[in-house]
Amino acid sequence: MSDTKKDSTYTVPIGPIHPALKEPVMFTFQINGEVVESVDFSPGQTHRGIEWMGMRRNPAQIVHLTDRICGICGVTHSICFARAVEQIMDIQVPERGDYIRTIVAELERIQSHLLWAGVAAHELGFDSLFHLAWRVREESMDVIELITGNRVNYGIVQVGGVRRDIVEEQFPRIQQCLTYYRDLADKLLHLFLHDRTIMMRCRDTGVLSYEDALHLCVVGPTARASGVRKDVRVDYPYCAYGDLSIDPVLPDQLLDEIRGDVYDRIVVRVLEVVQSVDIIQQCLDNMPPGEITWEQKIAKLLLAFKKAKGEAVGRHEAPRGEALHYVKMTGRESPYAWKVKASSYSNLISWPVMLKGEQIADIPIIVASIDPCLSCTDRVAIVRDGERSILSKEELHRLSVEKTRRLQHG
Amino acid sequence: MKPTPALNRSLWVFHLNTGSCNGCEIEIVAAITPRYDPERFGIKLVGSPRHADVLMVTGPVPKKMKERVLRVYAQTPDPKVVICCGTCGESGGVYYDSYNLDGPIDDVIPVDVYISGCPPRPEAILHGVVKAIEKLERLERGAA
Ligand code: SF4
Repeated sequence: MSDTKKDSTYTVPIGPIHPALKEPVMFTFQINGEVVESVDFSPGQTHRGIEWMGMRRNPAQIVHLTDRICGICGVTHSICFARAVEQIMDIQVPERGDYIRTIVAELERIQSHLLWAGVAAHELGFDSLFHLAWRVREESMDVIELITGNRVNYGIVQVGGVRRDIVEEQFPRIQQCLTYYRDLADKLLHLFLHDRTIMMRCRDTGVLSYEDALHLCVVGPTARASGVRKDVRVDYPYCAYGDLSIDPVLPDQLLDEIRGDVYDRIVVRVLEVVQSVDIIQQCLDNMPPGEITWEQKIAKLLLAFKKAKGEAVGRHEAPRGEALHYVKMTGRESPYAWKVKASSYSNLISWPVMLKGEQIADIPIIVASIDPCLSCTDRVAIVRDGERSILSKEELHRLSVEKTRRLQHG
Repeated sequence: MKPTPALNRSLWVFHLNTGSCNGCEIEIVAAITPRYDPERFGIKLVGSPRHADVLMVTGPVPKKMKERVLRVYAQTPDPKVVICCGTCGESGGVYYDSYNLDGPIDDVIPVDVYISGCPPRPEAILHGVVKAIEKLERLERGAA
């Protein structure tokens, strides 16, 4: 038996043929039959040299570059970067600017979580739910467009504040959006959490224990789904979060226990949509009057950059967890150093733990469950007795859908 | 857009991401969801370039991706139309001075339709696809 056992483990490299997204990644799976024995991955396959470019531009230009680090959590990076520079220059952002930043950041969280929910449903083969999630997501996209002028890559943050005010006429539309999501919350919870198929596929799949979550320093919903109370908005309040009442969302708000599986991650994200609606409501109710930015004129801002000396770290709780920018200025117009740590980077290392011992058909949903900023399961090459056969993302998706069917009928 | 005898089938699109920021990706996916719903016309995204009539390319083509872009282009059957979606694929966009780019896309493969915007709206993307259909019809008529 030992001989056949030795032969039956084979290697499945995944990626980086779709190295598209923010952190392209290459997986190597050791597979025995249907079961994943071990996983290794190497991120950073594609590299646009954003930090290098940033060191040749001034901070007023870099904020717009930071939008394009990741199209889904654009405002995250601009807030981090702007906050780092503001700390170096000792800029006090006007309160109203902080509130607007908070509102946009929370709208971003809503659209990002709904986007994720759709993708997760798609990975399970539940395409009608995918279309539903993306349809209701358009509501937040409309409001984001109303406030910032763009659907993606908003370009609303500038060092010292924001570039556009939210005027009185816009309030009713934002309010309407909040009501829309509030009415929808029960339906979403019901669809995602009480569905038998989702339950079967996600319960006890891709488990990340509390200890592992602490040990691997995962962040955001991935950490909270494993029971780690960790949320930059609460732990180190910034922008308007200090004024608001928020609590980190843990799955036991809704369920009696925390298992740290894919299902718990769905629970956390759906509940966070509700939480974000509540935060925006608080911001709208308490919106302070006044200026929106420290300095309107870019020329004066540039002059101030030239005097800035020092280093600082800007943090923000992105939809995927804590993101962090380190900036060092040395009295030149452009930064001396700029380092970006995106949230997915911290979460990727949890994949090997989650995937161990799971089935091939579960790879798509587990990989998606940390909401990575990449869709790397695009093409899988299975090496069997030295022969390569290519498993496309379609193929993986088909396996996943078939498993759903099997469970439903079995 | 009138269906003509020259193009008597549904249009299938393969989306190739060459290292974009994700912004164009979500707008492309948003463009196939219910609000815009191009599947009414049979337009859909497919998973393999071998099934596609249209290549929708996004991103500024970092050095490592050039090889793959060429390979995918070669895998797409003729007649084909290439759409470049987004400013960074057109000109480099915000990444214009990066040291790691082999793009813009039309330095690597020939492009037929350009959709500008960073990212373009879903409406603009659909408009680009309609333009691609017109071009494809011309190509098919020429070939027939
Ligand atoms: S055009 Fe803009 S939004 Fe699209 S991929 Fe390039 S940088 Fe991102």
